Amino acid sequence: MTAFLRFLINGVSLGSVYAIIALGYTMVYGIAKMLNFAHGDVIMVGAYISYCGMQYWGVPPVASILTAMVVCTVLGITIEGLAYRPLRQAASLAVLITAIGMSYLLQNVALMIWGANPKTFPQTFINGASLNVGDMSISSATIITILANVLIMVALTLFTAKTKMGKAMRCVSEDRGAAELMGINVNRTISVTFAIGSALAAIAGVLLCSSYPILQPTTGSMPGIKAFTAAVFGGIGSIPGAMLGGVLLGVIEIFGKAYISTELGDAIVFAVLIVVLLVKPSGLLGKPMREKV
Amino acid sequence: MTDIQQAAPLLRVNDIHVYYGAIHAIKGISLEVYENEIVTLIGANGAGKTTTLNTIAGLLKPRQGTIELNGTPIQGVGASKMVFQGLALCPEGRRIFQQMTVKENLEMGAFSRPNTEIEGSLEEMFQRFPRLKEREKQIAGTLSGGEQQMLAMARALMSRPKLLMLDEPSMGLAPILVEQIFDIITELHEGGATILLVEQNAQMALRVANRAYVMETGLITMQGPAEELLHNDAVQKAYLGS
Repeated sequence: MTAFLRFLINGVSLGSVYAIIALGYTMVYGIAKMLNFAHGDVIMVGAYISYCGMQYWGVPPVASILTAMVVCTVLGITIEGLAYRPLRQAASLAVLITAIGMSYLLQNVALMIWGANPKTFPQTFINGASLNVGDMSISSATIITILANVLIMVALTLFTAKTKMGKAMRCVSEDRGAAELMGINVNRTISVTFAIGSALAAIAGVLLCSSYPILQPTTGSMPGIKAFTAAVFGGIGSIPGAMLGGVLLGVIEIFGKAYISTELGDAIVFAVLIVVLLVKPSGLLGKPMREKV
Repeated sequence: MTDIQQAAPLLRVNDIHVYYGAIHAIKGISLEVYENEIVTLIGANGAGKTTTLNTIAGLLKPRQGTIELNGTPIQGVGASKMVFQGLALCPEGRRIFQQMTVKENLEMGAFSRPNTEIEGSLEEMFQRFPRLKEREKQIAGTLSGGEQQMLAMARALMSRPKLLMLDEPSMGLAPILVEQIFDIITELHEGGATILLVEQNAQMALRVANRAYVMETGLITMQGPAEELLHNDAVQKAYLGS
């Protein structure tokens, strides 16, 4: 029973990282109608920046994380403005290929700057004292990750429900032309979406590396793909869907590795995705696509 | 008002040409809308009525020609800036935000205005459209067709436009609701609104309008006082089915 609970909590924690990353995918997809496959690599950049802050620049951890968020925000806006905005009217396949290209570009630039040798991510306040419940010990990284996830979820929900920019995002997501008629600047709304997604990616990068402290240029790609899977699993375009999909995916992965096979953990995750998509093609919380007539 | 003021139109469209790729959809259209007028654009399917409105609203760019609002050129400015210039389009097919509530839809209509002014305008709309007040918190996608049309019109009015453009407001509605929509248009006009109305229901449109333009395959083929066109033989044959 203790083992089960420990796996469950670890799963929720890992899933929380996926969920935070998945938010970036799902928001960008919902509003810009594109899959930003470079999103996973923004996580890696965020992790490297906070690593550099703590290791080389002597900046305290919190300030390092904030720096990483700022850098990633600027990076996200730049990527969108330079690579995706010129393709706004282009076929979605062209945008997709550009995104994959952008992903490799980021990985290779990181390779140039930081080299191929894995770095060990430093221990921070995130890795504080663990919490003991009965004979079970929960690491503080796990708790902080879950709390961060909940906090981000609540903040984003309030943002999209209450603020003018948040509502504008929902309008653009639903009908770009009608949103323009309201006076909403669509390009700016998409920029803000990328900014938020990328800032969250920086947080996800730090959280990920706090639990799994090996940092290299490809660090972001696997979590990126899994988070994308989580977004699709939960229903792409839906914020609660990203959250649910991420957490479920993390739990399934940890349980799969613990109870079925360590090697097949990832295979199990993707098998579950295939089954869900066969039964419910729009994802768990996704709205079925309605054809406009 | 002096004669000179009356002579300057609120909207002046001058010889615009619009293309969809290689297709020449609008082949040089000129029209004017004066303050406090209802002007209607009638014509068959595919004549280019919606294209004309979308071009004025900035959703499409004319390749040639000018569009002036109050003497200021607005062609190519972009749809999102139009509403700040005082121009609102209630688009074809309503295009309300289906997943937002009625109230949120109305608030988005006032996106171009300061937050402090929204409350008053909301009250105004709820008075004009009591049905919307009843459905305030309902998700807009669950409204009936007529209610959705009212919401779309109210949403456009929330920006306090100098010129309101309505694209096929009666489309797909039951006859009784069509009557209601046209009553609202008349009321708005009496309240001082300036309206450019695109309609397939030529009969109704010509009854409420002051002036009318008849479009055929990207060109204006006839124009004049609505009353005259209503009794014009050619118009009656082509659009009024008599």
